[in-house]
Amino acid sequence: MADPVVLALAVPLCPLAAFALTWLLARGRPAAGAALSLPAIALSFVLSAVMLWGQVQAPGAIQADIPWMPAGRLSISMGILLNPLSALMMVIVTGVSLLVQIYSLGYMRGDPGFARFFSYLSLFSFSMLTLVLADNFILLYMAWELVGLCSYLLIGFWYEKPEAARAAKKAFVVTRVGDLGFLVGILMLSLLAGTFDFAGVARFIGAGSVPQGQVTLVVLLLFCGAVGKSGQFPLHVWLPDAMEGPTPVSALIHSATMVAAGVFMVARLYGIFQESADALRVVAGLGAFTAVFAAAIALAQDDIKRILAYSTISQLGYMMLALGVGGYGAGLFHLTTHAAFKTLLFLGAGSVIHAAGTNDIRQMGGLARRMPVTTVTFAVAVLAIAGIFPLSGFWSKDEILEAVRAGGHPVLYMVALGTVFLTAVYMSRLFFMAFTGASRGEGAHESPAIMTVPLLILAVLAAGLGMLGSPWVGRGIHGLLDPAAPRPVLNMGILVLSNGLAAAGILLALVLFGGRAGARAAHARKAGPLYSLLANKFYIDELYLLLIRALFFSLTTAVAWFDRHIVDGTVNLVGGASKMGGALLRRTLSGKIQGYALIITCGALAALAILLAAGLGLFGAWLTGPGILGPGGAGR
Amino acid sequence: MRFPFLTAIYCLPLLAVLIIFCFPARCRVAIRMVALVSSVAALAMTVLLFFWYDRVAGGLQFVEKVPWVSTLGISYFVGVNGINVILLLLTGIIITAGVLASWEVAHRQKEFFILLLTLTTGVFGVFMSWNLFLFFLFYEVAVLPMYLLIGIWGTGRKEYAAMKLTLYLMAGSALILAGILGLYFAAGQRSFDLDLLEKAAYDPVFQRVFFPILFVGFGILAALWPFHTWSPDGHASAPTAVSMLHAGVLMKLGAYGCLLVPMTLLPDGARFWLPMVALLSVVNIVYGSLGATAQKDLKYIVAYSSVSHMGIVMLGLSSMNGTGIGGAVLQMFSHGIMTGLFFALVGMIYGRTHTRMVDEQGGLASRIPVLAAFFVLTGLTSLGLPGLSGFPAELAVFIGAFRAYPVVTVVCTTGIVITAFYVLRLLQRLFFGVRRNTNGAAFGDAKSAFGDAKSAFGDANTVEFIALALLMLFILAVGLYPMPFVRVIGSAVAPIAARLGGM
Repeated sequence: MADPVVLALAVPLCPLAAFALTWLLARGRPAAGAALSLPAIALSFVLSAVMLWGQVQAPGAIQADIPWMPAGRLSISMGILLNPLSALMMVIVTGVSLLVQIYSLGYMRGDPGFARFFSYLSLFSFSMLTLVLADNFILLYMAWELVGLCSYLLIGFWYEKPEAARAAKKAFVVTRVGDLGFLVGILMLSLLAGTFDFAGVARFIGAGSVPQGQVTLVVLLLFCGAVGKSGQFPLHVWLPDAMEGPTPVSALIHSATMVAAGVFMVARLYGIFQESADALRVVAGLGAFTAVFAAAIALAQDDIKRILAYSTISQLGYMMLALGVGGYGAGLFHLTTHAAFKTLLFLGAGSVIHAAGTNDIRQMGGLARRMPVTTVTFAVAVLAIAGIFPLSGFWSKDEILEAVRAGGHPVLYMVALGTVFLTAVYMSRLFFMAFTGASRGEGAHESPAIMTVPLLILAVLAAGLGMLGSPWVGRGIHGLLDPAAPRPVLNMGILVLSNGLAAAGILLALVLFGGRAGARAAHARKAGPLYSLLANKFYIDELYLLLIRALFFSLTTAVAWFDRHIVDGTVNLVGGASKMGGALLRRTLSGKIQGYALIITCGALAALAILLAAGLGLFGAWLTGPGILGPGGAGR
Repeated sequence: MRFPFLTAIYCLPLLAVLIIFCFPARCRVAIRMVALVSSVAALAMTVLLFFWYDRVAGGLQFVEKVPWVSTLGISYFVGVNGINVILLLLTGIIITAGVLASWEVAHRQKEFFILLLTLTTGVFGVFMSWNLFLFFLFYEVAVLPMYLLIGIWGTGRKEYAAMKLTLYLMAGSALILAGILGLYFAAGQRSFDLDLLEKAAYDPVFQRVFFPILFVGFGILAALWPFHTWSPDGHASAPTAVSMLHAGVLMKLGAYGCLLVPMTLLPDGARFWLPMVALLSVVNIVYGSLGATAQKDLKYIVAYSSVSHMGIVMLGLSSMNGTGIGGAVLQMFSHGIMTGLFFALVGMIYGRTHTRMVDEQGGLASRIPVLAAFFVLTGLTSLGLPGLSGFPAELAVFIGAFRAYPVVTVVCTTGIVITAFYVLRLLQRLFFGVRRNTNGAAFGDAKSAFGDAKSAFGDANTVEFIALALLMLFILAVGLYPMPFVRVIGSAVAPIAARLGGM
């Protein structure tokens, strides 16, 4: 058995090598891009699975560092920390990457940027795996920014589309607002804890020598980064726009892996987060709000990918809620199941878009007969996300509900239950509008096997992954993540309640949207102002745009004006004054001898007067004293 | 006698100047080959210097010291510490790339290279002088050719810009000269040698009076707010290679001067005034990035971005601790190469589209993918993306500065969001979206130049590619593994920080 550190390092480095080789060797040969990228990620997946198996057998942390840059007393290192959490994430990331890459072989076929696409996917895998393995704040931040870059490059993959270019920029800038807080938090830690190592910081803060207020501040600052990355309110605005990217990208980056990085970060730093109960309350509250807020918006969207994007935001809110109320295992369990069913939903949506040629679910309909595999797998995913027993979403969602209830947060509990209902409604609405009813897309057909096989694999996972958290497989995923976790039990009360709510939601959607197409529009009209409020996403984008225009752009204009007219104006004034002074003095050089003689005489008299005064000792003290230059300064 | 390694470095461009003098102007190929060979040789020597410098021992190495005008304390005294090593390397890189970027200069090519290499001689000299007189001599050699280079080969309001820049820098020189004389007389050692002046115990009041004189004198060259307005006009008007050298190296010369003279020699003055400098650097960073957001001309955008990034250097210097000052020096190196790339790319794009206005171009990525890729990487460096050189430099500055001025530093970090905004918006407008130039609409003079055939302009040629790749190599090297650079810098910064009392 090889050294686990070497194996762990190989997991991110394989895709990195694929990325580098693609750019060095595969220029102009599209197939070579995929030929390098796929084996690399497959190897990473196998290695990750080995690593996870090792952790299941014998949980324990493995850490290894190399110094990267000294910074005074601090030392910044590149290091990995392999523990059950990171092993689990590695498997999720490489697994989803592998399936998405296989799917992309079909989806991106014939695209002029085929090799570039696969190289970016490899770069993303590398960055994301580094993020997962990082053992210190600096490396985490670096990987954090790099996945942001990959997201930027892939959202803007079709850069000739102006919307794609704009969405890419928006994603980067909005997440960077959150990263600013993250960075300031890291700077504070550098001062408080004197180390960037996760374990070191946790030990230091756990020792209790840092005032509680400062701990809360640091934790909330770090959390800002998670809010941006995981699309939590109020920084959620970039994620729906990110859907301009190719659909496999949306599946990989903007649903299963990168956007879950915020949740992962909170979990990775859970020991630090737990030191501040106030901060955890903020995490829970913001998560719950985001969950219901995004689910409400999803009700009134018509773009299939945007519905899924808001759904992702909502589900990430669930995970944050779980972590905030102390449901560490529940949050990560939901992260795992969500990765399966949301990837499936996105890849299914890609298959639908491929077939129907549109993103608008109002233009679709009756696809079920034409695309049986896509329809069945999509239905599994819809039932899973709605939380129907015994699919995967049920198990993880119910655990979250249980954690919220047990944590004693009645309001959050109600919000979470309400979200269960809303989730069922908007997902069923999407399903019924796209797949049932009158057939519209005449040319629609099932996607090729290279795309449907990943769908089938994911469908199996979306259905079955929940077993990991069921009472029938021992302690399952919880035993891995938290050795002290009790064996899960089935809470029948919550089971009935949540399934009842979900079923009610599905029925409501069936009544409203299952019928003829004409009825749907009528319902929309009837809903009136509430509908338009939701359809316009609570006007938050407009509000931000207004603020940016009113505050930021007027500020830049003001600065430009100030610089040009006041600062530079002063400079030009000095220049102009010298010129004018010169012009005035030039008059003295009149060429008239009499004038010169007069000036010479006056000058001579003045000099004489000064000498006389000096002789009389009027300036004595000034000339002979130490002077402004100090002792020895003006000497001789 | 040992081989005078340092003297040889600055003699290489000087030698090239003399050789080019002897060529008739029509030998265009020979002239640029001489320029290239000399700058590549100088670059090779600075690279060797980087590897040969003993970073464990630290201190002044490769010293050559010959008495010159002994009665006045003027000696020919050159040597290098870790900071000098880095800045000489930077100069070698930028001049090599600059010569390559000037490959196609047609107008009075001979004189152009003579002046460019004269300027380089001066810059090399400044970065190794340890006698203040010699330092000032080289400094003026570096500053003066700039006037002619902008005035003759520039574009736009070039006479105005050249005059403004030169007068502004001369004002700085006047302050520096006054300051140097003050240091010389107040030390009372009859010597301009820096190692002797360092030992002089200056009166605290003297330090407080002379620190701002010297700091502002050098700070002008580093675009310290509010003395920065020469820079946008100057850069916008200067030809490509001159912008590269100017923003890449000369602005660093100002920051280096601040570090070498007032901060090292006048520690009491530094402790008194540097918090003020920290405040000014906030203005530099935030105001510079806001200014860059408002600009529409590529060169002005890059120039204001330089003002902003030099603010990070100033912030690092003002931190008074080893981390911050070391970060500032790394940022000098990083920004020098990055801005060299920026100006080279702007020149190359201008050479193709014949406009520098952002609004008049678009969708260039599909026409010039290689240039676009380099531009994107450079932009990412400027917004501090990890893996590229801007990140470790800015990180070190922020860590160091946060220790000294937490609130000020937090305000400064907002600059990185604004930078991300204007850089990405620039990339979006310039390279992505619809190809706005191919249909040739609404272009004025530029229309005929590239409105018709796709063959009107192509992607980077070999010479351009080598120039860009050379610069990018170092951006990646520092970004991926900053350790060797930080070690070299750290060996020189630690004693300065110790004098200032920082950690």
